[in-house]
Amino acid sequence: MAETAQPSVASATHDLEAEASHLRHHFATPEQQLDASTLGMWTFLITEVLFFGGMFTAYTIYRFLYPAAFESTSQYMPVILGGINTGVLICSSLTMAMSVRSAQLSRYKSLTTFLILTMIFGATFLVIKYVEWHEKWVEHHVPGFNFQYPEYPQYFYHAQILFFLYFCMTGMHALHMVVGMGLLTYLLVQSIRRVFNSSYFTPVEMIGLYWHFVDIVWIFLFPLLYLIGYRK
Amino acid sequence: MKHHVDSVRSYVGVWIALLILTFTTVTVSHWDLGEFHVVVALLIAFVKASLVAWIFMGVRHSAKMTRLFVVAGLIWLSIMILITYGDYRTRAWDYQPQPWAQTGGAGVVR
Amino acid sequence: MATIAQEKPETAEQVNYLNVSHTWKSWLFTTDHKRIAVLYLISITLMFVVGGAAAVAFRMNLLVPEGLFSAETYNRLFSMHGIIMVFFFLVPSIPATLANFLIPIMVGAKDLAFPRINLLSWYVYVFGGLFTLYAVIRGGVDTGWTFYAPYSSTYSNSYVLAAAFGVFFAGFSSILTGLNFIVTIHKMRAPGMTWSRLPLFVWANYATSLIQILGTPVLAITLLLLAFERIAHVGIFDPNIGGDPILFQHLFWFYSHPAVYIMILPGMGVISEIVACFSRKRVFGYNFVAFSSMAIAVLSFVVWGHHMFVTGESMYSSLAFSLLSFLVAVPSAIKVFNWTATMYKGSVSFETPMLYAFGFIGLFTIGGLTGLFLASLATDVELHGTYFVVAHFHYVMVGGMVMAFMGGLHFWWPKITGRMYSEAWSKFSALLVFVGFNLTFFPQFILGYLGMPRRYHAYPPEFQVLNVLSTAGASVLGVGYLIPMIYFLYSLKYGEKAGNNPWGATGLEWQIQSPPVTFNFEETPTVTEEAYNYGPVEEVVG
Repeated sequence: MAETAQPSVASATHDLEAEASHLRHHFATPEQQLDASTLGMWTFLITEVLFFGGMFTAYTIYRFLYPAAFESTSQYMPVILGGINTGVLICSSLTMAMSVRSAQLSRYKSLTTFLILTMIFGATFLVIKYVEWHEKWVEHHVPGFNFQYPEYPQYFYHAQILFFLYFCMTGMHALHMVVGMGLLTYLLVQSIRRVFNSSYFTPVEMIGLYWHFVDIVWIFLFPLLYLIGYRK
Repeated sequence: MKHHVDSVRSYVGVWIALLILTFTTVTVSHWDLGEFHVVVALLIAFVKASLVAWIFMGVRHSAKMTRLFVVAGLIWLSIMILITYGDYRTRAWDYQPQPWAQTGGAGVVR
Repeated sequence: MATIAQEKPETAEQVNYLNVSHTWKSWLFTTDHKRIAVLYLISITLMFVVGGAAAVAFRMNLLVPEGLFSAETYNRLFSMHGIIMVFFFLVPSIPATLANFLIPIMVGAKDLAFPRINLLSWYVYVFGGLFTLYAVIRGGVDTGWTFYAPYSSTYSNSYVLAAAFGVFFAGFSSILTGLNFIVTIHKMRAPGMTWSRLPLFVWANYATSLIQILGTPVLAITLLLLAFERIAHVGIFDPNIGGDPILFQHLFWFYSHPAVYIMILPGMGVISEIVACFSRKRVFGYNFVAFSSMAIAVLSFVVWGHHMFVTGESMYSSLAFSLLSFLVAVPSAIKVFNWTATMYKGSVSFETPMLYAFGFIGLFTIGGLTGLFLASLATDVELHGTYFVVAHFHYVMVGGMVMAFMGGLHFWWPKITGRMYSEAWSKFSALLVFVGFNLTFFPQFILGYLGMPRRYHAYPPEFQVLNVLSTAGASVLGVGYLIPMIYFLYSLKYGEKAGNNPWGATGLEWQIQSPPVTFNFEETPTVTEEAYNYGPVEEVVG
């Protein structure tokens, strides 16, 4: 079945017959397959909401219990780096959305370009995150590993809880980023082979949803972990 | 199912809005808002997340069932956080601290 | 000219999902939901036996007031029993076996939405099971299946991490199954199969799947936090360093309470199917039963605090949780009434599945009502941590869920294997199960009322008689579970061949051959009738 490219169309329709080459046997139509994939990915993202939600719950409780200790931690948080990282992820979401759009329009070169850009932003995020963590290690702010809090000894244990939540939540987030980078690599390889086009771009869209979700988690993590205290 | 191709303009617009909101949330964190500090931060974050979901993730074009699922996820997250928080928040309402209770434990009047 | 192989005297066996290929690869790399269901059935039966063995051991211990084993050993035995039975038997039982097998067929599809994810869920389950069995072999865990901090995070010297990781993976298996069912039920229904024509078994599993995807991730993160605490002592649950053990309980029970509904809802779905078939009547109040399943799923998430009434939870929280716990009993009661109304003026027969259904209805009702004693704040203060609680949850889980599982297994065995089992032996075991179960657990209500605490290896001598009765009952119950394993296995080779519809039941699964072909239907069916269209019994064309 020849796949026809449809450039610059205001609304692209899935060429259902062309997607038949990707149709799995238990689905009746490509439309059903796409619908199922979409619902499946959203359902999975909901499980992720609840997964991260457990950590947000712990954060809520401890912030309520120890507000002063939590506020004292903000001065040790690298807001510049965190802010840059937030910007980096926002840019990566833009390029990811542009990748999906390129696939929808069968623009192979721009699809590949935007995927590469997304990966560059993702990698930048991870590098900056590593720098932040290293800084914390040097400052003895890693809970369980010679944690020190000399300026506010009365908050030692409670601040340690915040730092633990910091590592746990940003760590879990970074793990999801790494998985995302793996998924993007797969997309990149497939895009170079011109597997995706206006008739079939389901994996790009699904992985895009995942990537945006990981961005949304960071959007909440940033103010909650870095901007707790009123900073003079 | 028709797939809407969004305009580059809408994507770039959201991108700019997100960057501005990020700048805003950092700026606002320098002001003394007392208790409202966290409320404002969460509000801004919520607006940013909504933009990402609505435009980048395509919720504005999606089926009703998808939207229902998204809303359900958010409701369940709220249930978990709010009810758990409710327990801690309401403990002090009746609680008479015993002489032997030390500060530093959870649930004790600060 | 090729020589033709000698045909056996009886007709050549029709091709079905079981005999289509016999290689081990065809089983271990299958994506056929029916084969995966069989793989699960084998795995969970194994886990049931291990969990049951632990129970035999500690019930032996409880024959004498001073206990036969040390407290240490006893703690490990009941913990492993709980962990294995809850996470590796009850949670996956009906969804991963019967529902996995039946849901695609019941909605008129060729397979689940994501067959490879289905297979992955089984491997993840097995992986988790291996972790847990490793913990068992190395001496087990002594924290109870509830893993309460700070004992589990700081003080226990047992294999907490191994067991926790085992449960963690079992949880992911559960999430994947739930995800698959939700997408399948939404997107793979055959033409004409509207939501209101779905068998109630499908509704029940749909509600279960919602709970699975919304609740289990919280268990996952809670166990991870526990693991971090245990490894690095960061203080998240350790009160000595600012942590809060009650937070652990909130997070743990946020999943584990809905989990009990993950365990019971599929059982209720089975009962709907069995009662309709063996009353030859449509389920009374279909809409109410369907809606009740959804109501249970939603309400189950806002009652978790009733496990924490005596922990120092705020009084206002406790009030709210208590009230909501009473509310969540209502949809379950609605279902019980609907089942009995189904039987009223129906043509009731007493085949083995129906015997188990009767058992379920009676015992689940007792279990549910005793749950209300526990939901009530004043009585819970006395009964928390006693054998009353143990009896309550065994009535709903074993008297309820396991009976439903047995009933479902007997009901659909002919469809799954193409064979009938011995009706005489099955009726006998059902009787043994019922008698054994009640003898085991009814005395425990009394023990709890009298104040005997749970999770204690020794007890005051005045409780011995009731404990001995309980252990005697457990022996009978054990035999009652053993016999079906034997006659089911026997039936695989020597059982009478079942036709497509030995029970004369309605439903798409009874219109295809027994056992079904790999892709279930020769062509996609079109559904024109509501479920449970029991008119005069007709010959169903296979």
